[in-house]
Amino acid sequence: MPEQLLMMGNEAVALGAYHSGVAFASAYPGTPSTEILEELSRFDGVYAEWAPNEKVAMEAAVGASLGGVRSLAAMKHVGLNVAADPWFTLPYIGVSGGLVVVSADDPGMHSSQNEQDNRYYAKAAKVPMLEPADSQEAYDFTREAFRMSERFDTPVLLRLTTRVCHSRSIVVTSEPEKAPPVPYVKDAVKRVMIPGHARLRHPVLVERLAELEKFSEGFPGQRKINGSGDAVVVASGVAYQYAREAFPDVSILKLAMTHPLPRKLMRDFLGSFKDVYVVEELEPYLEESVAALGLSPRGKDSVPRVDELNVDRVRDAFPELAGGSKGKKPIKEIKGLPARPPILCAGCPHRGIMYVLARLKAIISGDIGCYTLSVLPPLEAHDCQVCMGASITMGHGLYKALEIASGGEGADGPLSHRVVSVIGDSTFFHSGLTGLMEMAYNDGRFTVVILDNRTTAMTGFQDHPGTGVTLKGQPTAAIDIEMLARSLGIESVHVVDPYDLEECRRVLREEMKRDAPSVVIARRPCVLLERGKERIPMSVESEACNDCGLCLRLACPALVKRGEEVVILEDACLGCGICAHVCRQDAITTV
Amino acid sequence: MKEGGKAKKKKDKVAVTRSVVLTGVGGQGTVLAANLLARALLAHGFDVKTSEVHGMAQRGGSVVSMVRFGESVASPLVPHGEAEAVVATEMLEALRYMHFLAPGGRVICSRTRIDPLPVLQGVQEYPENAEELIHENAPGSMMVDAIEIAAEAGSARSANTVLLGILSLSLPVTEAEWLAALEEVIPERVLEANRRAFFSGRALEPRAAPGGATR
Repeated sequence: MPEQLLMMGNEAVALGAYHSGVAFASAYPGTPSTEILEELSRFDGVYAEWAPNEKVAMEAAVGASLGGVRSLAAMKHVGLNVAADPWFTLPYIGVSGGLVVVSADDPGMHSSQNEQDNRYYAKAAKVPMLEPADSQEAYDFTREAFRMSERFDTPVLLRLTTRVCHSRSIVVTSEPEKAPPVPYVKDAVKRVMIPGHARLRHPVLVERLAELEKFSEGFPGQRKINGSGDAVVVASGVAYQYAREAFPDVSILKLAMTHPLPRKLMRDFLGSFKDVYVVEELEPYLEESVAALGLSPRGKDSVPRVDELNVDRVRDAFPELAGGSKGKKPIKEIKGLPARPPILCAGCPHRGIMYVLARLKAIISGDIGCYTLSVLPPLEAHDCQVCMGASITMGHGLYKALEIASGGEGADGPLSHRVVSVIGDSTFFHSGLTGLMEMAYNDGRFTVVILDNRTTAMTGFQDHPGTGVTLKGQPTAAIDIEMLARSLGIESVHVVDPYDLEECRRVLREEMKRDAPSVVIARRPCVLLERGKERIPMSVESEACNDCGLCLRLACPALVKRGEEVVILEDACLGCGICAHVCRQDAITTV
Repeated sequence: MKEGGKAKKKKDKVAVTRSVVLTGVGGQGTVLAANLLARALLAHGFDVKTSEVHGMAQRGGSVVSMVRFGESVASPLVPHGEAEAVVATEMLEALRYMHFLAPGGRVICSRTRIDPLPVLQGVQEYPENAEELIHENAPGSMMVDAIEIAAEAGSARSANTVLLGILSLSLPVTEAEWLAALEEVIPERVLEANRRAFFSGRALEPRAAPGGATR
């Protein structure tokens, strides 16, 4: 019996996959995609796992597909970069059980380092792509994607964006189907991509693309919505929702399958209008294709190419389509309000070690995780950061370059020895390990600090290969980072407690001087994992305090300035004691 | 619905979309409150869409959720100047998102002040006249001591539910529908406290309220 549910787009994808009989799902957590696997893991009969990274997740899903079951891999947009290697060859070998890859893009960079447009990945790899515009379509298109995958012997890209992933809307489900495993058959010519085989397969892809385009022409999701006037808007995904609200009277071509595009349908329908407008987030992906048909669309000349869209931005881009201004914005945005950036929590074990590194004037090559927040004032403890796992590898290059450039001693010792790479435990397992090999193999004489807080904190406390627990909550082997580092031939490996700042300072100072590869593991569970534990808050003895403000440089939300005085908010303080270590007057003690 | 072309019908549907913006500080339960409101509206038979922000929500940052409802909702994001209410568990956040209000719209705000880092550090100042600013910009607004009222109802953490109780007076959703939504969304162990918090809010007469609500 069909149900009517209010679901996030991510939940709808999970339910759609479940109702499609998906048997295998793998992912690495990443906003805005994380909930897809969390939801899938709750269904009986679905094997769901956290992979160390997206490349692993995709390859595992490919193997599962070849093994005959319907499979899914989910990732955030930048995760597809990590998985790009299998991605481009995967269409050559095709599928056995249906295979769906979900890419959750993040226009506006709510929780990301860039806003790349992954629609180009579908085009570049000759993979069909569906773009849902709400949770209903997220559910329906996931189911359609599995069917398409098997029918056309290809992986299918389901491309979501933040406002589809994290918006709730109504979903009406349809009859669940069973997907019995396809018996395993060896087919090496199709599945072993030596050049001789790949040359045979590439033409198959090109033919398949032509077949897919015919399918796209008749795909019911490609909707022609007739309005009034001689203008038409082309849109897909959530941009369609903004367009239909901003321009309620205008005709719309709402595209759902955006690779390959239905060129004949587009030429016929759009050609019947005087003016063609394209409303899309980020890159002019659709606009380029419309222009290639010989039409002259308006698009990125007015629609912003950066940041996410909304109804206001779409209306402002083409006011001529909006039919008269709404003329009512009575309250102006209040300017000059204090910002409220995300911050490291009170009691966060990252805080002290980032403070110490900043005081030691370390050149910090950072990574992706909560600790990156320490780049903000007053800690200002980062020099560079680009993507998952890059801290160690960039640190290695930085070290080598500074060695070459300085040719030896600087005023405070060799500058190259101030290079410190900082990486979290989950990120280390994601893609830090190869960096550590680079350091060990190529004699990078700098320091790597692994902030081991026993979880993937920023995305909401997911397990990883170091925690000893799987996504399904089963106990499993926990990888020992210390032994791992030693096994690479790194002799200097230390474990410190990040609450003990004296120890951290002593060890880090020594390790930064050391003329050899060095690893320091700062181990303490994320304070949010320890909620409910007994805590003894700290307090400031006002007679002893000389208001120097040094403790404020820790940027702890429990440590505040009231007038000239520094006080500790008892409710907020978790008693980590890092501030007591910092205070030179010994004015901070337990209550 | 019978007369008029397709475009006309579409326009009518879009025109009746109503919007509420919910805001607060990461960890205050804004996402949960939006979900609760959405489910109550769904139970009443509206088309509903919400939008929320994940990822950073637990790191003490500014959080905003949006709920839209009507016959057929298009955008999950509220356009500027179209919300009938801004429900805020923190005063600075109310100020930050007030411009989403439609003319005649109101702020329903907890008299709660949480200093953001630049204020804690003494770099920027918290607007001391926050309450006045809210009233000045949206005269029908309502300030309540939501945490105190929630604490009296059994859990100081359900301040959001008190505010939704106040909001509920301007929505066509029935008490039975609200109760069903509460049961669906709120964890068992705090359900009773939230029920009481909701009805404390719903019963709140602006001038007679504990702690002295002001309009």
